[in-house]
Amino acid sequence: MNAVVTASGLNKRYKNTTALDHVSFQIQPGRIVGLIGPNGAGKTTALKAILGLTDFQGHLSVLGFDPRTQRDKLMEQVCFIADVAVLPRWIRVREAVDFVANVHPRFNRAKCEAFLARTKLTPNQRVKQMSKGMIVQLHLALVMAIDARLLVLDEPTLGLDILYRKQFYQSLLEDYFDENKTIIVTTHQVEEIEHILTDLMFIRDGKIVLDADMEAVGDRFAEVMVSADKADTARQMKPLDERQVFGKSIFLFDGADRATLEAMGEVRRPSVSDLFVATMKGTYA
Amino acid sequence: MKTFYWLVKREFWENRGGFLWAPIVTGVVFLVLNIMAIIAAEVVGARHGGFHIGGNNLQDLIANADAKDMQQIGAGLDIVMVSAMGLISFVTGIVVLFYCLGSLYDDRRDRSALFWKSLPISNTSTVLSKVASAVFLAPIIAVVVGIVIGIVQLVIFSLVLSMHGVNVWQLLTLAHPFRAIGSLLSSIPLYALWAAPAVGWLMLCSAWARSKPFLWAVAVPVVAGLMVTWFGIMGVFNLPAAWFWINIVARSLFSVFPGTHLAAGNYSLNAADLSEAHNPLVLISPAHTYTALASPNLWIGVAAGVALIAGAIWFRRVRDDN
Repeated sequence: MNAVVTASGLNKRYKNTTALDHVSFQIQPGRIVGLIGPNGAGKTTALKAILGLTDFQGHLSVLGFDPRTQRDKLMEQVCFIADVAVLPRWIRVREAVDFVANVHPRFNRAKCEAFLARTKLTPNQRVKQMSKGMIVQLHLALVMAIDARLLVLDEPTLGLDILYRKQFYQSLLEDYFDENKTIIVTTHQVEEIEHILTDLMFIRDGKIVLDADMEAVGDRFAEVMVSADKADTARQMKPLDERQVFGKSIFLFDGADRATLEAMGEVRRPSVSDLFVATMKGTYA
Repeated sequence: MKTFYWLVKREFWENRGGFLWAPIVTGVVFLVLNIMAIIAAEVVGARHGGFHIGGNNLQDLIANADAKDMQQIGAGLDIVMVSAMGLISFVTGIVVLFYCLGSLYDDRRDRSALFWKSLPISNTSTVLSKVASAVFLAPIIAVVVGIVIGIVQLVIFSLVLSMHGVNVWQLLTLAHPFRAIGSLLSSIPLYALWAAPAVGWLMLCSAWARSKPFLWAVAVPVVAGLMVTWFGIMGVFNLPAAWFWINIVARSLFSVFPGTHLAAGNYSLNAADLSEAHNPLVLISPAHTYTALASPNLWIGVAAGVALIAGAIWFRRVRDDN
């Protein structure tokens, strides 16, 4: 299958920072990719490059289009939700649905209205009268009614309460995602999307520092809880990270031999957030 | 085409206050002021023992009027009819000025540009739909409102005069409502051409400015004008500094005001043209106004407008905030 996104040598500099530093990656169809990195690492820039919202150097192909020059064609196949509240404040629910229905060739009005019926939104309500959670509900209803091949989510649940956050990802999985669709998501609430991701990409200082599917992550990384007497042995194996819990040490290893680890203590698959913290150590130092 | 229609409709939704309500409110205020003036005149007239003009009964006056007098009465009624349009035009000019300045800036400031850009619409269509809203949608609504208000105004005047014994129908036949309506409607395409450089300049600033588009839009031409004046740069071309102020500064800002082309010296209107009973409709009749199509000022402005709008489209694509 053709990759949905193919990037090679992406480069983008703002005045005195490098947002993307010769980044190359591929995203295959039917995946849910988490693009995760600290603030200012270049996540949003990467997404904006994919969406044709910013200029860059290097080669980038999204569904066969060059996003810089073919954004309008590309957007028939790509949907985008940015961090909350980018819907214009003056628009009414009815107007938003009418407008998208008439300018987007792949929009299914009935589907959108069915999604809206599940919310408290009313047709004459304006965006400025809505809470953040309701704005996201409206945006999600619009986006899910579009039969797109790529959905890009940039911090979609920022500032939402936990009910809206859970509902957001649940709707996406149950009513939207299938093998023909691809989702790229960035978020700081890693724990919440951990179980839905199929691929993981860590970005730091404009570079991709980890690009693997979740199974590979589980094979490659391991967390071992070691009692104090064996801690020194573990330290000699060059763990990525070490932390103390209840007098025991927890070590995070990259590519260490399973059998050796199991001999030292209880081996677990590390959580994405622990892996993230270990990988990004010293970012802000 | 369908997309373009919906884009313009979106502009109307967003700017209903400026495009629709501003001319309506202006027109209604104009009517209310007129009615108050009429009532005041009636009250004053009644206190002084009846409303007389020139000591004669009005109907007698009309009965004794010759053809030239009748023409002048008709001209007066025409002025009554289009006077509302004058005020509404001015308000529309202000609305279009600020609409253009905000058109490509406001959605970047509140980040809703990200939403609009996530739809399959080219930057060219987006910008052109805003141009069309500025030079067609806003003036069409203004003209329709102006015509309705003008007719109401004419009817009110006629009714008041009829209370003083003047035959309403005779009066109305003296006025030229259809000629006025035709002139006003036909002025819209000319307005679009004349306003092009200002609309282009304001929208370029709107697409380009990272903040305060109004300040940039005004400061750049004004500072340029001051430099030109101080250093006498226009002397190089054997032109006075005033040329720059009139043809660059004023054109880039004030051409959005309907009717400014009448004052811009494109016409050689001599006394003979006006002598047709001094009817103001001559001034706004297409036969007169469209002679501006022969002036290079108009077409150079259109060319500049096209270039500026192309610049706005380019900045709409590349301007990358936050």
